[in-house]
Formats: sequence, C-alpha cells, structure tokens
Amino acid sequence: MLKQTIAMTSLGLRSIPERWGPSLVIVVGLAGVVAVFTALLAMAEGFRSTLESTGRQDVALVLRGGSSAELNSGLSRDQGDIIRQSPGVLAGPDGRPLASAEMIVIAELFRTGEQTGSNITVRGVEPAALALRPQLRIVEGRMFEPGLRELIVGRGVAGQFAGVGIGESLRMRGSDWTVVGVFESGDANESELWTDVEVAQTTFNRRGYSAVRLALDGASGLQVVKDTLAADPRVNVDVETEQEYYSGQTKQFRDTIGMLAGVVTAIMALGATFAALNTMYAAVGARTREIATLRALGFGGGPVVFSVMVESLVLAVAGGLAGAVIAWLLFNNMAVSTLGSNFTQVVFRFSVTPVLVQRGLVIALVIGMIGGLLPALRAARLPVTTALRAA
Amino acid sequence: MTRAGFVIANLGRKKTRTLLTLLSIVTAFLLFGLLQAVHVLFSSGAEFVGATRLVTQARVSFTTSLPMRLLPQIESVPGVADVMWQQWFGGVWQENTQLIVFAADPARLRAVYPEFVMSADQWKAFEGTRTGMIAGRALADQYGWKVGQKLPIASNIFPLKDGSKAWAFDLVGIFDGKDAEWQRNTNLAYVNYAYFDEANLFARGLAGTYTIRLADPDRAAGVARAIDTMFENSPDETKTQTEKDFNLGFFRQIGDIGLIVRWILFAVFFTLLLVVGNTIAQSVRERIPELAILKTLGFTDRAVLGFVLAEAAALCILGGLAGLGLATLVGIAIGGGNFPVAVDHRVWVAGLIAIVLLALAVGLLPALRAGRLTIVDAFAGR
Repeated sequence: MLKQTIAMTSLGLRSIPERWGPSLVIVVGLAGVVAVFTALLAMAEGFRSTLESTGRQDVALVLRGGSSAELNSGLSRDQGDIIRQSPGVLAGPDGRPLASAEMIVIAELFRTGEQTGSNITVRGVEPAALALRPQLRIVEGRMFEPGLRELIVGRGVAGQFAGVGIGESLRMRGSDWTVVGVFESGDANESELWTDVEVAQTTFNRRGYSAVRLALDGASGLQVVKDTLAADPRVNVDVETEQEYYSGQTKQFRDTIGMLAGVVTAIMALGATFAALNTMYAAVGARTREIATLRALGFGGGPVVFSVMVESLVLAVAGGLAGAVIAWLLFNNMAVSTLGSNFTQVVFRFSVTPVLVQRGLVIALVIGMIGGLLPALRAARLPVTTALRAA
Repeated sequence: MTRAGFVIANLGRKKTRTLLTLLSIVTAFLLFGLLQAVHVLFSSGAEFVGATRLVTQARVSFTTSLPMRLLPQIESVPGVADVMWQQWFGGVWQENTQLIVFAADPARLRAVYPEFVMSADQWKAFEGTRTGMIAGRALADQYGWKVGQKLPIASNIFPLKDGSKAWAFDLVGIFDGKDAEWQRNTNLAYVNYAYFDEANLFARGLAGTYTIRLADPDRAAGVARAIDTMFENSPDETKTQTEKDFNLGFFRQIGDIGLIVRWILFAVFFTLLLVVGNTIAQSVRERIPELAILKTLGFTDRAVLGFVLAEAAALCILGGLAGLGLATLVGIAIGGGNFPVAVDHRVWVAGLIAIVLLALAVGLLPALRAGRLTIVDAFAGR
C-alpha cells in the first residue's frame, strides 16, 4: 500500500512538467489570491506597528475631557501649567517637571504631482519634546531656533509631499516658514512638521495648547497624575499613556482594511477554487488511461486519491509561495499615507510579516485541498474497463 | 445546425469545465464591479453636487476656522448670490458615535441649499428655536429620531460655558433630499449657529468655512479668484474652490487607497486572464482533429477562427454580465449612508469594456491558431 502510494505520487509529480500549461493555472490563481491577501493585511499591519511604536509607556498624554484626539482638544495656558506641576511627573535635569505642552494645527501640503491637498499636522513643541521622544533625531540640517518661523520636517512627510525640502519655505497664515531640518523617528512622528510652540501660537492666534505630554515618575506615576488632576476643579481632562492613545487610533483602520481583505480574498479564493478544480479535472482526464492501467495492475483506489491530492497541494503551495514573494517584492516597506484620527496624514510602510505569509499559505493549502479532492475521487471511481477503452 | 447552435453545443460538451470556467469569470467580475465602484468613489467624488456653489476655507487648512468678519467682504463680491457659513460641531451621539453636525444660520442654509427639502413650518421653527436642530432623513431614520424630541448630543471639541460637553438640542425638523442622490446624502444635521456661538465656552465669531451660492455657475473660477485675492497676505488667507472639488479633496485625503485598489484590480485581472485563457487554449488543443474535419468539410479558415472566438466571447460575456449583475445587487445591499458606493453606469461601462478586452485577449490566440491550422498537419498530429 505504502509502496503503491509512493510510486503513484512520484509518477504524478514527475509528469507535471508535461502538463505545464494547465498546472500553471493553479499556481497563478493561488499566487494572485495570496498576493492580494498578504498585501492588504501588510498594509493594516504596517499602520498598526507605526502607530503603536509611536507611543511610550512612561509618557502620559493629557487632553481636554472627552476630546479623544489631539486635534479636538484645547487647554488654556493656566491649565497647562497646572497639569505640568502635578505630582507623579518626573523632574528634568534642570529640576523642572519634564513635560511638553504642545499645540497642533493643520497645514495643507500637496502630494508630488497632485492637485488636491492633504492635511499635515504642524506641531508646536517645547524644548522638552525631544527628551520625551528619545527615538527622534535630526538627520539632515539642524533643529529650529525657538522664536523664529522655522520648521523641521519628518522623514515621511519629506518623502511623500512636495515643497518641504530643506531651504524651501511654506506659507501659513500670511507668513513664510523656512524648513531647516529633517528628522527621523521610525514612527508616526515622522508624519509631522515641528516648530516652536510660542511661534505657532502667535501665528495662529491661539493662546492655549492641544495637549500636554508628561514623563511619568515610575510605575505609579500615571495613577498619581490621574488622581491629582481628577480632584482639581480647575481642569477637566483625560489622562492616558501615549501608548494607549496611539493604539486606540489603529482600531478603526484595522477593522476597515480587515473587512476589505476578507471580502476581496473570499471572492478571489472562490474563483481560484473553481480554477483549481478545472485544472485537476483536466489533469485526471489526461491521465485516465494511465490511472486505469495502474488500477488494472492491482493499485488500490487510496493511492490514486492520495497522489492527485498531493499534486494539487504541491501546486497550491508553489502558487502560495509565489504570491507571498510577489507581495513582499512589490509592497514590503512601500511608504503610503492615509488619514489618521487627527484628520491628518499618517505615513507608514507596508509590513509583510512571517505570520501573514503563513496565513496566506494556509489559505492556499485549503483551496488546493478542495481543488484536488473532487477530481481525486472521480479518478478513484473510474471503472477500469471503460477507462482503458476511452481516451 | 446553425453556427450559433454549433458554438453552444461545443460549450455544452464538457459541462463541468464550462461551468467552472464560467464561475471563475463570474467571481472575477463580481470583484471587478465592487472594486471599480470604490475606485469611482475615490477618483470622481461627488459629481451630483455640480459647480453651483463655492467653498471658501482658510488657505492653511479647512480645520482652521475663518472669522466671521470676512462675511461682508465675501457678500460684496459680484456674482455671489447667497453666503452661509458652517462650523464643524464635532457631534457625538451616545457613547462614542461620531455624527456629522454643523452649526449654521437657518435662513442662510435654506437659501444656499435649495436641494434640502423641508416644510416651510419646519424651516420657520428652525429659525425661531434657539436650541433648534434639523436632521437629514437618513440620519433621523438611522437613530429613530422624531420631530419634537430633545436630543442629547455631545461635542468632542466645544464645551459649554460650564465646562461640560453635554449639549442638547430640540429636533424641530427633518429634511429630505430633492432626489435619490441627495436623499442618500442626508446623513447629517444642522444646529442653530446663534445659540452655538453664544453658549460655547471659547469660540466667538468663528465662522468655520463659508459656502457660497453663485448667481451664475459659469463664473465660478472668477468669483473664487476675486475672493482669494481679497484676503491675500492677511492672517486669514483663503482658498476658494467649487463644492465638488472640496468634496473630492476630502475623499482623496484617505490617501493611497485608490492606488491599492488599482493594484488589486490588476492582480485579479491578470490572474483571470491566465486562468480563462489557459482553459480555452486547452479545449482548442484537444479538438484539433475536429477542427481539421471542419476545414475538410469546406469551412473557411475565417469560419473556424470565428467558432473558437465566439466560444471564448460567449463564456466571457455570460460570466461577465452575471458577475456585474451580482456586484450591482451587492452594491445596493451595502451602499448608501456613510459609504456612498454604487455600482452604477460608470462601473458598467468599465465592466463592459473589460469584458470585450478579456474576450479578445483569451480568445484571439487560440482562434488564430485554429484558423491557421493546415488540414494535413492537423490530422497527422503535428
């Protein structure tokens, strides 16, 4: 039995090159399914990892109560100072609380070669902002000078949008701002333009802040800040870690893309299953006489089923791998941008992870299994005498 | 037997194969229809809006509010018929459901958007009720709102004077769209600006964006330029564009999704081409001796070529139409509301073109091969 199975299977596999055309249908069909599936989920994955790596566990973000996003939030100068002075905040090297009160506004930039503008976050920051984000460093040019209308631009923005190279100037609210540096952080900060918060407030005619970031003093720091500010009637704020804030923003996008990937993959998989069935029926058809001869020689039905299934699965896995490789070559690390929760662009990169590839291969295997099973059963049930006479 | 009958009979010979090929084409066109509908949404925007209105936003971004003091200047520009302003309210319903709510002046809203239909009584009630609010039919139906209800709608941006964000409004009217397209876009609500301006904690005299109804749509570009020139080099520089372009820009903000959709379409089509092409090529290969017999019987090269091409075309057309039909049904099921996707005539035109291209691409090579067949070679199996 075992010997029969091995013999039949190797016979089937070795004859694949003679039937390249039809076999290719399975390979190409499944490559398409897996490539689309992997690429879509790689997009969701890239978005998630970009935002999640942005937030730190030991930094708290304080927003006006019920705002849910920095753009909606607003805090007065006095409230900013109250928040900063809260116990539970780490002291900086100068002995003052390590905190950055920041204000965000939105500027419209144009994607290279496009007419419709995209919203970009312009963040006014205090000097401590850099200490609160140690992953961020200037890679070209220099830091902006406080008090001047100067900007530093994130690597992601610099790569996707026109008019923000070093030395170029950007017009906002009737004044020109000079780009003096490019920074890198490997996360969502790269999707922003940064400047001095005081200058931003003057230009945009706003006196307060959008949010305050606080370096937390130890594991209990967050709770201390929360309790202190909740008890203070002068402020009405939401306090959470930066990490919670950014993680919370990924859900909607992931759900949307996940649904899109599900629908598209399901429909494509259905089409690929039909194609695989077609191919395997044809393969069995072409080998009718051969299979019948073996059956006449005493080979059992089991080995026949097994060999057809193996052939189908081998082709399916080959297709799945090809699809994963295509998705990886075309999309891995490709930078794209979409709308984040501040209503501004978040630049991120596709990330084709091993887990995604594995899931793609599982889909390919399932389709290969279905595509092989029915034709295999037909092959095993062929009445030997008629099959020998036919073809 | 007629020629058409001959083609049909050939398709019916291997029923399993024909059926499976047909089903792959159906699924591919189902996907094509849906993706194309999404693609249209991103590339063409809200066309029905037309160019009868302009939107003036702060040049820096529409999220920066323009001040109210620009109003008289904008009204004085020749060609401007009516002006309204609307402030994004940041409406939140119940736990955390975002709503599209704007604060606007009732009388001006009515003048600028004649497409929103509501009884004169309800318009009057909106003008006369300080805490009044009107909702579009789609939104009101979604949450089961009735005229006369007091609706607690929070704002995630603007606190009331006491610092809380628990606003409440009296629903005094429900408006409809003037036709089906507009009806689908009634998923928003307006609250009375005068009350909003007075009751909120910090925003005073902030208009948001201005919407302008033009006296003559042909003068859109000129009026837009006149407005923007007026505010050049001021702290409140403006950017004025047609409402259509404004909406389009809004959708395109979602970014590279359009590009991704094109990639998927490409992948699906390439896959489909190979799958169907291969099946048809195979069925021609298997029938070479038959085709030779046809030629021996006196059928011309062109006739044989026609048979094979017709077979391919029949598969593509049948499967393609069924797939697009299915996509239309699915589109009706999922479209509308916040996701105004519709498998409409634009999608069908693209789909029909795709069917023709597919039929040619998969049918032509095998057909040419069949047409060029010489009888002697074919019988000899060469």
